Order: sequence, then structure tokens, then C-alpha cells
Amino acid sequence: MEYGFTTAAYVVAAVLIIQSLGGLSGQESAKRAVWYGIFGMGLAVAATLMGPGAGNWLISLVMIAIGGAIGWVVAQRVQMTEMPQLVAAMHSLVGLAAVFIGFNAEIEMVRIASLIAAGDADGLNALTGFAQKVAEKSATEINILKIEVFLGVFIGAVTFTGSVIAYGKLAGKVDGKAKKLPGGHMLNAGAAILSLILLVMYFQGAGTWALLLMTLAAFFIGYHLIMGIGGADMPVVVSMLNSYSGWAAAAIGFSLSNDLLIVVGALVGSSGAILSYIMCKAMNRSFISVILGGFGGTTGPAMEVTGEQIAIDAEGVAAALNDADSVIIIPGYGMAVAQAQQSVSELTRKLRAKGKNVRFAIHPVAGRLPGHMNVLLAEAKVPYDIVLEMDEINDDFPETDVAIVIGSNDIVNPAAQEDPNSPIAGMPVLECWKAKQVFVSKRGQGTGYSGIENPLFFKENTRMFYGDAKKSIDALLPMID
Amino acid sequence: MKIGAPTEIFEGENRVAMTPDSVMALAKLGHTSVVQSGAGAKAGFSDAAYAAAGAEVLPDAKAVFDAADVVVKVRGPEASEAAMLKRGQTLISFFWPAQNEALLKQVADQGATVVAMDMVPRISRAQKMDALSSMANIAGYRAVIEAGNNFGRFFTGQVTAAGKVPPAKVLIVGAGVAGLAAIGTSVSLGAIVNAFDVRPEVAEQIESMGASFVYLEFDASELPDGAATGGYAAPSSPAFAAKQLAKFRELAPEMDIVITTALIPGRPAPKLWTADMVAMMKPGSVIIDLAAERGGNCDLTVPDQKIVSENGVTIVGYTDFPSRMATQSSTLYATNIRHMLTDLTPKKDGVIVHNMEDDVIRGATVAHEGAVTYPPPPPKIAAIAAAKPKEKVKELTADEKRAKEVAAFKTQTRNQVGMLLGGGALILLAGIYTPASFMSHFIVFVLSVYVGVQVIWNVSHSLHTPLMAITNAISSIIILGALMQIGSGNWLVVILAALSVFMAGINIFGGFMVTRRMLAMFQKS
Repeated sequence: MEYGFTTAAYVVAAVLIIQSLGGLSGQESAKRAVWYGIFGMGLAVAATLMGPGAGNWLISLVMIAIGGAIGWVVAQRVQMTEMPQLVAAMHSLVGLAAVFIGFNAEIEMVRIASLIAAGDADGLNALTGFAQKVAEKSATEINILKIEVFLGVFIGAVTFTGSVIAYGKLAGKVDGKAKKLPGGHMLNAGAAILSLILLVMYFQGAGTWALLLMTLAAFFIGYHLIMGIGGADMPVVVSMLNSYSGWAAAAIGFSLSNDLLIVVGALVGSSGAILSYIMCKAMNRSFISVILGGFGGTTGPAMEVTGEQIAIDAEGVAAALNDADSVIIIPGYGMAVAQAQQSVSELTRKLRAKGKNVRFAIHPVAGRLPGHMNVLLAEAKVPYDIVLEMDEINDDFPETDVAIVIGSNDIVNPAAQEDPNSPIAGMPVLECWKAKQVFVSKRGQGTGYSGIENPLFFKENTRMFYGDAKKSIDALLPMID
Repeated sequence: MKIGAPTEIFEGENRVAMTPDSVMALAKLGHTSVVQSGAGAKAGFSDAAYAAAGAEVLPDAKAVFDAADVVVKVRGPEASEAAMLKRGQTLISFFWPAQNEALLKQVADQGATVVAMDMVPRISRAQKMDALSSMANIAGYRAVIEAGNNFGRFFTGQVTAAGKVPPAKVLIVGAGVAGLAAIGTSVSLGAIVNAFDVRPEVAEQIESMGASFVYLEFDASELPDGAATGGYAAPSSPAFAAKQLAKFRELAPEMDIVITTALIPGRPAPKLWTADMVAMMKPGSVIIDLAAERGGNCDLTVPDQKIVSENGVTIVGYTDFPSRMATQSSTLYATNIRHMLTDLTPKKDGVIVHNMEDDVIRGATVAHEGAVTYPPPPPKIAAIAAAKPKEKVKELTADEKRAKEVAAFKTQTRNQVGMLLGGGALILLAGIYTPASFMSHFIVFVLSVYVGVQVIWNVSHSLHTPLMAITNAISSIIILGALMQIGSGNWLVVILAALSVFMAGINIFGGFMVTRRMLAMFQKS
């Protein structure tokens, strides 16, 4: 098949894929956008199969069929609360694929170099596809190719182990707490420097062993970096790995001289980078501080928290809800853990049926994945037009009768605004304490992920509704009349 | 320990410090109770009810004082009662230590411990034992009922077949606990309620109860900071007082019912409703002066009496509103006492631990172990956080604004040009050392990043999870690389490429499917 046709198909595919990302600007257009993406991808695969260099069709198709079937089944079965794990697991596959493809390029390079060295003109002429392309490259181009391969493998390897650890943490298979080997970030820095030295050696012709050794170093970086990051920072980590998987694809695109790979890799890379940026901004922390783990140093003693946490039972909450005209619900990771979204949805439905104005306030870093709460609420059939972002709803709290905090802590911590010495000072938070009454559904007393005392729980208009979120909300339901 | 409640001997006092319910609650703390025969009669609690709840009924006050380790009362002790207190015995009641220094000294010398319910510090932890608030709440409610009793019309407006009835206009002066209770009661009866307080920060509370706040025109700097005095009112400046009176004169002719509750701790009640204001009011109007015990807010108030002014305005100066609702007030007061005893019995084992390190207990204890412990040191924690001074935003003049905009524009331009130049130089540098084939791909890369940034910024926040899933699927475009390599002659390359195709296949199908599933869930209401 003509090379020109493949390129033309790639152009169409690239446009479709950009369309599919652009379509995500609204809930309705997004439903169409997925199909653009699917067609773009299908077109790209078909064009590549028919284009120059492809062979072994049978293996390709069988592999796609098996992989696709597994992907299909997983996608049908996955619980919405398990989305963060799924996304992380998928990143790891892209990372590993990038490593394999990078190694393939290296193997071909070695093979061709040996052919050229042997002066085997017949052998060179007999090459097809990718190998043929490599054989046509000049010495400088081979050098550039080496750097590209090296980069692609490095990013792919970091993405792979990083995503595996992120998966483990999100799925609860690895302890979610931040853990570092003795030596901390010096180990990471050491591995990175080692990789750099290996790059130079590889560039100078050190051979495949340098690439292999670097891959091991990159595997270690990915593992150790993510082990050192705690559970609540996972939204940033997952977006970052999302970004890396894109950059890995772009780097591989460079080494294979494939523009579509570059385009899509760059799109995904920048998408992940922007998500990480939004998440970091929502926590008022720099990307570096999140990745290096832990909170920055405090500048003085934390403000004394005064008062006491006053508990309330379901009757009290139900009475307040029955009296309220406007209610804002603030869900957090605790709601996902307790699988309480269906109960919350039912509560919302009952309250709305009584003509009350019920809305949801979503903090950008609520949950373990960007937009996690939105998806859980959508799954529970909460209409999306009452689910609002922090900036949209923060000014409405003073006019709100009841705010219900379900399983969130740091994102509603007034210390971020009131205490300049707090480790989270300056982080944008949902100002729920301005509502006339606040109920906090929480498993028990204790601080949140960051270990920071939350003065909200001690405010005079706050009542603590202790217990498992799902059971608590279920207990409320029959009392709403 | 044995808790004992004698009959109140103060003239007209109907309340009692212990109810059958509180007897049962005290039993849970490990305490036994004794009560004087007939102590609860005027509040509607019979001796039989006490006995049924587990209390021992004793014939006279002497027996109660002898038997009890802790004596609970409503009013402070009369001389005869004080004389009966023993060394080591605890008295819990209202005491007003500032006004009763001699009595306090006497009791302290006798070695008794006195916990004054009126000295409970105003912190949120102590709200459950704040008897002043619970009594003030009843007083506020009763004041409205008393006003209704003396007022010849409806509170609520009605249009009936027999003619139109205008709603009553009520003014509440002082929005403390009693004032707010009065607001709530009169609003629920249907009256049009105005309320005033010298503390501007309570305007929100007043409005939340359904009344309108009477504003005085003032600069912010002239206003006192009520939070500095623990949430109680402080004496106001002469300028403020003058404006306040002028406002009241303006309102007086319209108001049907005026309820005054203004008190300043440790001072006589401020005179807010002068004789000329009473003269301006319509005949049949009613004034309820809740501050009568401390001299009254109204010039004409006579404590403990109801009088009618020359122009037919009824002025009620009763000082025993809580006692007039003895069943309700005894229930609440007994609960306050019970909460105090709960704090005094930390282990719930019937052993009283008088922990003078505890802010609440220390604040309320005015005599302990033979010494007068009044006044208490200031509590470790402030009652109410001091209001932060409002930040002043300086108004910029048009010129300054313009200059600022120009400066911002310039820095922005400088940053952008700098970045473009720097980036351009780097790319040119790369271009010199790299072959043309690389640069042609590089241009695609840079443009794609640019497009990506523009597109992704527009993605709605709520769709971030679907965005991640779909980028996941499309980042499997890496499958193209594997497909291009799979045709190689080298078996190792084929195996690795096949594995890559397999993994990317999972991702493509899984990613798109799960995105579709998620998006289908987003429903509009």
C-alpha cells in the first residue's frame, strides 16, 4: 500500500483524536467524542496494518483480539470506586509496551549494524519495514535515534513500575502510607545520575547492556518515587503517570519516525501535565513538593483549636434536614470507601422531592483521581447539573441552611484560611463552616490524611455524625419525610 | 455521694433544682438523691414522683442539709440556709458572688464549697450547664406570652369577614438569649418584629430568626467590638447612645409591644426607653421590661409590678418570668445542674472530683476548701474568637489603575517575548546539530503539545476521570510502533512486539469501553 495513504489516514486519525479530547468540554458532547476517539484509533490501526512495514498480520490480529477481549471484560466489570486502580493499571501497560518497543528498536539497530559491518548487501536489501527504515538512516540520524530510544525506554520504565505501585496503593494491596528506603531521595537522584552516565556511554557505543542497566535503574526510580508518596496525593501521581505514558509514546514516535505517535503522545502528555497542575494548585503545593512527598515545613506553632467536638445522632440530622431549605453535600474519599454514593443519591432524591435545593460541592482533589467524585455521583444517578465545582459554589455557603461533609477532611479545613502557620495554609478549601449548620459524617475522631487538626469539627455550628458513612446515611433515609 | 434538693424559701420562687428525671440521670452517675417533702410541688412534681424515681423524701430542709454531700438549689442561700452548710459540703446554685460578698465570705469560712451557676464560663463546652442562658430563654418566651396577655389585639394580621386586623408590631431591645427567644416566639405568633442590639455582629442572628435588625447609621470605627467582652454587651459611647435613643423615639409611636432585655454585666440596666417614649406610644401598647430586677430599661418600670401609664401603656416589670413557668424552668435548670455534676463526676462512679484545673469548674467555683476563690482567673481559652479587623482595600484612582494595568501588560509582554526568544534559540541550536528529518518531527511535536494544552484547558472538571480513561486508551496509540516492528525477521523482536500489541489492545478496548460507560452515567436532571 502507498505510504501516502497511510499518512493521510494518520492526519484524519489525529484530527479525530483531537476532536475526541475537545469534546470532553461538556457532558453531552462527550458522549459523541468517545466515538471520534474510537474511530480515530481504529483508522490508525487499520492504516498501519495496511501500510508499509507491517507483517505477521495473523499474530497482530490475534493479539489485538485477545487483549481487546480482556480489556472489554475488565471495563464492563470494574466498579466506579475502583476507577483509580484501573487507570493506574492501564498506565503500567503503556509504560511496559514503550519499554518493549524501545528494546526492539535497539535489537534492530544492532542487527543492522552487524549486517553493515559484515558488508552483507543482500541481507540489507532483504530487510523490510522498520528495519529497512533504520538501515537507511545516516550516522547522525542513528545517534538521534539512540537518544530517542533511550528516552522512550527510560520514561516507559518509570511509568511502568510507578503505575504498578500506584495501582497497589490505590487497590490497597500496598500500604498507602509514604515509605522510603533509607537514603530517601538520594537513591532516586543516584539512579537518575546513573541513567545519565549510561546515556552518554550508550551514545558512545556501549551497547545493549547500557540500555538494560538503565532500564533497571528507571524501574527502581518509578518504584521508589511512588512508594514515597501518600494515598491522598494519588490524584497528582495518577495524572503525572498519565502524562508520562504520553511522553513515552511521543518518544517512541520519534524513534520510529511516526508522526501520529508523536501527536497523540504529546496530546496525552500535555493532558496529564495540565491535570497534575490543576491538582497541585488545588492543594496550594508545588508539583515538586508533592512528588518528593510529605508536607512542607511549618513556619510556627499551629493555632490552638478550642471548643469540643459535639456528636449528634441521626434524629438530630434528620430534623435539621427536614427544616432546611438549602443543603450542600461535600463528598470525599470516605464516601467512596464506604460505598455510600447510592445512599447519598437516595437522600438527595428524597430531599429534592420535598422541594429543597440540594447541591454537591466538589473540591478538585476530592477522592483519589481527578473528577473521581463526579463519576461516583453520576453512577449513583445524581444529576450532573447539581454537582458543582468549588469556585462555583463557595460563595453560596452563607445562604445555605445545612452543609453535610461526607468523608472529607482537609478540603474543608478552615485552618487553611485562618492559620498562617498551618501546613495547608493558603490551600483553597470549601468554606462549609459558613453554612448555618454543618454535619460531618466521619468514622471517628482523628485527623485526616495530612495529620492536621481540623478546627471545623470544633466550630459551634458543627455537629459530628460519627459512624460508617453508608450506615449513617441509610439511618437518615427513613426519617426524611 | 448524696445529692439533696431543699424547697426554695424565697418568696414567690416556684422552681426546684431537681426533678424526678434528673434523679434518675444522677443515679447513672452513681449518686443517690434526697429531696425535701414538697420541694417540687409548685413546679408540678409530687413527692410520690420523686420517690418513684428513686429519691429519698425527707421531711424538712434541716434533714436535707444534714444528709446531703451536695446541696442543689435554684436561688442563692438565705442566711438561715447558709448557716446549715457544713465543712466539706458542696452547694450548687445561683450565687451572684459580686453582689453577695459577705455571704460568700461566711460560707467560705464555714468550709463549704460553692459552685455558682451564674459563674459558668461562656465557652461552648460549658453551654450544657449554662443556666443563665436556659433561664433567659424561658424569660424571653414568657415575656411575649405576658405581653400577649396584656395586649388587646392579635399578634398576627388577619383578613376576616368581620374586618381586617393589622399585625402587631414588636420591638425587641437587646438580642441576647432572652431577646432571641422573644424574637422567635413573637415571629411565630405572626407579629412584625424589629430588634436592636448594640453589637452589630448579632444582626445576622436576628435576621436568621425572622426579625429585621434596626440599623443605626455609623462609621465602622465608632462601633464597639462586642467579642472582646465575652459576647456580652459593653457600655456604649455617648454619641452612640444618643443616636440609639433618637432611633427609638422614631420607632416608639409605631410599636405595639416593646420587650427590653438590655443588661450589661456588673452594672445597673441601661435606661433605653425613656418616659417621653412611653408617652409617644399608642394606648393599649405593652412594654415588658426583662431588666426590671436590675433597675429596668424603661424609666417607668416598677420591679415586680404591672403598672399602667397615664396614656394607657401597660408596663410589666415582673422579675420572676422563669419561676412563672416553673415546670419548664425546673426541668431545664435540673438538667444544667446534672451536667455540672457530670463534669464533677468524671468517672461516673459517684465520687466527686473537684478539679480546679478545669476551666469550667474553676470558673464556677467561688468558694473552696475554706477560701473565697472569686473572681476566677481569666479562662485559658477565649469565649469567642476576637473579630479580625477587616482588611482595608485601598481604592485605586483611575490613573493608578491604568498605570498598574500598563505595568502588568509590560511584564507579561516581557515574559512572553523572553520565553519565545529563549525557546526559539534552544530550538535553533538543536536544529544546527540535528538532521532535518528530526526537526520535521519536532515541529509536529511542539504543535501537538500546543494544541493539547489549548484543548485540555477546556475540559470540564467533572469529566476529568473520563478524560484520564480516554487518554489512557489513546496513549495506546503506541500499538502502531509495535505493529510496525512485528513484521521484522528477528524472533525476539516479534515476541516483544506481539506482547506490546497485546497490552496496548487491552488498553484500547478497556479505555474506550470504560469511558463510554462512565459518560453514559452522567444524566441531566
